[in-house]
Amino acid sequence: MAQEAQKEMSMIIQKEMVSDLFNELARAKETGKKVCYTFIPGNLSELIRTFDMLPVYPEINALQSAMRKKSGGYIKEAEKHAHSEDVCTYVKCDVGMMLKGNIGPTGEKIPEPDVLLLSYTGCFTFMKWFETLKREYPNAKVIMVHTPYQENSEITPEMTQYMVKQFKEVVIPKLEEVTGIKYDEAKLKRHLTLSAEAEDWITRIFDTTKHRPSPIDAYFAGVYYIGPINIGFRGTQEAVDYYKELYKEIMERVAKGLGPITPEGEMKEEKFRLVVEGPPNWTNFREFWKIFYDMGAVIVASSYTKVGGVYDNGWRHDPERPLEALAEYCMNCYTNMNIPQRIDLLSKCIKDYQADGYLTNSIKSCNSFSAGQLAMMREIEDRLEVPVGFIESDLVDPRYFSYSNIKNRLESYFQMLDQRRVIGADIKEVEA
Amino acid sequence: MKSLEQIVNECKELAFDLHFTRAKEWKAEQEGRVVVGYMPIYFPREIIHAANGLAVGIMGGGDRKQIIKGDAYYQSYICHIPRSILELVLDGHTEHFDGYIFPSICDVIRNLSGIFKQQKIGKFVKYMDFPQNFLPEIGGVFYQQEMEHVLRYIKEINGVEVTPERLNHSIGLYNRNRQMIEFIYDIRQDFPWRLSIEDVYHIIRAGMVIPVEEHNALLEQVCAHIAKPIGVPQDKIKIVVSGAFCEQPAVGLIRAIEQAGCYVVDDDYMLGSRMIEGDIDTTTDRPLEAISTAYINQSRYSSCIYDVSNPKEFRLAKIVKDRGADGVIFASASFCDPSLLDAPIFQNAFNKMGIRYIAFQYSENINQFKVIKEQVGTFSDSIKLWEDEPVVTINA
Ligand code: SF4
Ligand code: SF4
Repeated sequence: MAQEAQKEMSMIIQKEMVSDLFNELARAKETGKKVCYTFIPGNLSELIRTFDMLPVYPEINALQSAMRKKSGGYIKEAEKHAHSEDVCTYVKCDVGMMLKGNIGPTGEKIPEPDVLLLSYTGCFTFMKWFETLKREYPNAKVIMVHTPYQENSEITPEMTQYMVKQFKEVVIPKLEEVTGIKYDEAKLKRHLTLSAEAEDWITRIFDTTKHRPSPIDAYFAGVYYIGPINIGFRGTQEAVDYYKELYKEIMERVAKGLGPITPEGEMKEEKFRLVVEGPPNWTNFREFWKIFYDMGAVIVASSYTKVGGVYDNGWRHDPERPLEALAEYCMNCYTNMNIPQRIDLLSKCIKDYQADGYLTNSIKSCNSFSAGQLAMMREIEDRLEVPVGFIESDLVDPRYFSYSNIKNRLESYFQMLDQRRVIGADIKEVEA
Repeated sequence: MKSLEQIVNECKELAFDLHFTRAKEWKAEQEGRVVVGYMPIYFPREIIHAANGLAVGIMGGGDRKQIIKGDAYYQSYICHIPRSILELVLDGHTEHFDGYIFPSICDVIRNLSGIFKQQKIGKFVKYMDFPQNFLPEIGGVFYQQEMEHVLRYIKEINGVEVTPERLNHSIGLYNRNRQMIEFIYDIRQDFPWRLSIEDVYHIIRAGMVIPVEEHNALLEQVCAHIAKPIGVPQDKIKIVVSGAFCEQPAVGLIRAIEQAGCYVVDDDYMLGSRMIEGDIDTTTDRPLEAISTAYINQSRYSSCIYDVSNPKEFRLAKIVKDRGADGVIFASASFCDPSLLDAPIFQNAFNKMGIRYIAFQYSENINQFKVIKEQVGTFSDSIKLWEDEPVVTINA
């Protein structure tokens, strides 16, 4: 009973944070706060807060629309307006929502942007998306920050300098102009200190999957855990408090030897531990998750929870180098890493969290994730001799979620994992 | 001087020599030469030339290379060109290439660079991040650093130190190349029957796989031929093709558009060769800066360049007007996000501006275009029949 109440505590905190944000957005006109549309990968949360702006994340609106079964209609609306069937459905869902009046997840109209802040990290579609938005919101100020790609598996001083110069000479002056607020570096540093603290906590949280059974599902529950740090609360005390509370709850589960909580209660037996590459499907999120927990599969690490920042290797926002820290943060997001880096990172996850398998959920929408996934899968299979699985779906387009296909594929995959386990056990017995 | 037919036939051979034979021969002719393959769209070939190298455009295998290995790398919903590039490379077509350059045009090409790196293909693999900040002191400097990075790779191979003199000389050759290509388009604007768009395509594409000096020699002759009143005009409308900048349509499709009643008076098929409008300064002692400034100030519109300060719909509309075109054909490679995401922007704007258009998708390996031909034919007829009527827009 006590455990149930504690579990709910972090959820309650998160729910309140999100609804406060949406309420603030609804009142933005009255309060005079400026509204900044931006994207999750490479989001400059601390800078947005330094200028007292309110963030809107079009991807979050899209995925929330999908979870509320509204995305299909929005996508069709966009397709009526010359959008192709074959492009990223986040964009179409957002455009469709806009065409239908821009009503957000809380049922309130989302205010129009004062600023379109594009930190263009790890995905070209973001750029096209903002070109589209700019035409819809001609009065919004557009601020483009080009994040160089880690093409050579590194962040060079030139890359950092390029970004810092953009911050100093383009981004900050434009934000000052729009908000009428003078850039306050001390304030930014305070936010960055809190960011680093939240990053420490979230790293510890995702590290708890080293336990057996894993106390959390790092994908299906992980997408909720990354909410606060990704949607504008990074750099606040609220986020630190949320993650502390969440960590406490999880460690209580560890102490009791409990597995992850699913929508249908606690997962009883942990049979398979997986690392998953690729975003989840949002239109049938619950059904999708159920296939896994029904079969005793828990996700011990996922690439998707790293799109808004990779903290695994110890990188943190450094308040002593504020603009450099923002630059490095942007360049360090998962989809801004090159294919060899992605392979190394996921291989490390497989080893560190003792995964039994590596599964790719290939998303039709997303070239940034999907192009190269098959090569990654083969390399990981060769390198670690880990059984690999492959399924296909989409983010927010319900037409591309085939329950039976996915279920069949996963069933065969889990059977294979089971057989490998039996063979492995036999070999050990013979060797003994 | 060779006849126009001879030149066109030569270019046809060169353009689709998927073994890149001329580059191989060129490299073998002299010690210290390097061959660098680059993917679409644009790459400043001048810098490779100045480093005693040949930059060779790898535009995919089109409908001439059967895909066996490449398909194993890509899901069905990803465009075709990365498969055919991989197929060519894995089949050894480019084994004489020293390195590979991947310009930053989209996530597919970007991640393909990672596959090349992972598989250690070539002596170097460089994803070239073109700036999306267009201030010379910020984006311009970054771009120069990117070019210097490429030059370091080449120096490691052949030890050539690029001097401003060498670079200015190379820039001059490419300036001449661009001038002559523009001359061809300018002539065709008024006399499109003098050289078909299919021939233009072959002539320009040939320039991506041979030394610029040789291409310039061919272009000089082509220009001389088409400056004369040759060919017979036909009753066709004039159109601009837009969106086909990376994965290339099969030549049959390029031909079919003209056969269906359209003169193509501008296009972005070989955008890389025409990316820079006008000359690049050859008189400075900082030629990399000159290249970078030209990229920032003189680039054509493209789906890969953030365009908010210079909206692409107005730039395309200006091309349509300047060329005296009757309409636009938007041709996008299937699953090509940059091109397909631009389509609504163009089409919504053109609806308001009253510019006629049709849109279709293609794939490099598909050479059946009956439906497209019919669609283009109807478009052409509608424009011819209703010349004096208010605008009709057809959206495929
Ligand atoms: S392509 Fe992928 S990363 Fe880019 S906006 Fe769409 S879902 Fe996000
Ligand atoms: S065809 Fe389009 S999506 Fe494919 S590689 Fe080229 S630009 Fe990228």
